[in-house]
Amino acid sequence: MIQIKNISKTFYKENGAFKALDNVSIALEKGDIVGIIGSSGAGKSTLIRCVNLLEKPDEGEIIVNNRNLLALNNKSLSAEREKIGMIFQHFNLLSSKTVFDNVALPLELTGKDKITIRKRVVELLTLVGLGDKIYEYPKNLSGGQKQRVAIARALANKPHVLLCDEATSALDPVTTGAILELLKEINQTLKITILLITHEMEVVKSICNRIAVLDKGKIVIQGAFEDVVASGHSIVQQFISKKKITIPGYLKDQLRQSAAEGLFPLLEIELNNAVSLETIIDFSRHYYHVPVKILKADIETVGELSFGKSLLILQGQEAANENVMGYLDQNNIKNNIRGYV
Amino acid sequence: MYDSTTVLLLEGLWETIVMTFLSGFFGFLLGLPLGILLFLTGKGQLLENRFYNSFLAVFVNIFRSIPFIILIVWMIPFTRFIVGTSIGMSAALVPLSIGVAPFIARLVENSLKEVPSGLIEAARAMGAGTFQIVRKVLLPEALPSLINNASITLITLVGYSAMGGAVGAGGLGQVGYQYGYIGYDAFIMNSVLVLLVALVFIIQFIGDRISQKFNHK
Repeated sequence: MIQIKNISKTFYKENGAFKALDNVSIALEKGDIVGIIGSSGAGKSTLIRCVNLLEKPDEGEIIVNNRNLLALNNKSLSAEREKIGMIFQHFNLLSSKTVFDNVALPLELTGKDKITIRKRVVELLTLVGLGDKIYEYPKNLSGGQKQRVAIARALANKPHVLLCDEATSALDPVTTGAILELLKEINQTLKITILLITHEMEVVKSICNRIAVLDKGKIVIQGAFEDVVASGHSIVQQFISKKKITIPGYLKDQLRQSAAEGLFPLLEIELNNAVSLETIIDFSRHYYHVPVKILKADIETVGELSFGKSLLILQGQEAANENVMGYLDQNNIKNNIRGYV
Repeated sequence: MYDSTTVLLLEGLWETIVMTFLSGFFGFLLGLPLGILLFLTGKGQLLENRFYNSFLAVFVNIFRSIPFIILIVWMIPFTRFIVGTSIGMSAALVPLSIGVAPFIARLVENSLKEVPSGLIEAARAMGAGTFQIVRKVLLPEALPSLINNASITLITLVGYSAMGGAVGAGGLGQVGYQYGYIGYDAFIMNSVLVLLVALVFIIQFIGDRISQKFNHK
């Protein structure tokens, strides 16, 4: 469906050359939702912009629907681009046009007649749930509604691929969820292949069936979400547990730096793919007789495995608590005492 | 008091209005494409071309640096060639239109630069060609700003046309010059002043209104 083969791209700036993409290859099958995750500056934007040649790679091939885009002249490239929809972080709607006219734009560009355009635009806006906003201007819409209009616009010419360039990064978590639901629905009902880039693990986790991790212009690992997460690759780990886990405000005041009679250790642990949180809790209670209170857990669970960080209070005898920590060490689970409460 | 003075002033006003709007129209006819080309050949734009861009920029700057009163005189042979005379309203239209076109070109270029580059990118991703992007994206998005610039242009032209009056272009400029400066008739002089100020205010007011109407930002 889409084959990105060995593409490289170097930017030349005043302060020297910068290799944004280094021999990147990804293949998408029809109906896939593939997510490319990477931190800012990793080259994700350049990569997705290479797929419809908004950015021209220095080397490599882009094959969409069996056509090598780099070999096409301007006119044929335009025709192929009509079949590759794209949405953006900042929506890129025309402020001078109503919702209707924004969605109609790609149809006008391909020379459709007025009646066809009208029918199609209404159909698209109903699909994205904005049937009642047809004559509004973008400035009167919320971020989520703007992205819905952009999605309708991207689907206007019935593309076989939809490219999403950080499409949810400017949206709040609830709206992000709703937009991702819509993308999933589009993928399933219209059979459109989706390629998205993001810096949020949540996004790829919720809709992608395959992911690729991009770091410093190179794909470090790709495959099914579960396999990539289970690989334990250091960059993948960063995305899962990059958030610092904070101690709740009410506990901060009570927190002591040294152990004392009647205080229990507050432990921060970082899970790996060896032992799940439930196992740790069970084991502590039944084997070491240490009741464990879970204060916080920021955990991704994939199948039998879980990753992420958690704050625990070990409420056992001092010696027993030591044993639990020894057990964690044995299993290579990073743990450190943040204080005593 | 429908006397000769009133007729003189009204005629002058009418000529000024006609000169301003007609040369504004022709000026845009020349300046709009020039401004679009300046924008498109600029750095990082669709038709980026350093050579053409510098060439256009130098051309525009040369014309913008010639004082208008000098331009009128310098262009007399050309004006004669085009309209057959170098005196009167139609003769004034030639240097007015050509004098204002580079000014308009720069204003148009600046208006287009205000359009967010993401919109051009979105249009490219839809498969739009350069001409389609100009017509369907750049011009509609820049319209409120272009209208504001049209008001500025017309106001500049009111001034230019008055200057032209000194060398026989007609209009309020000529009335003011002949009766005010040479004949020193204070009433006519002041009336010309009031009419010119009123004209500028009206143009600005209407321009703002129309620009507002098209602004959906």
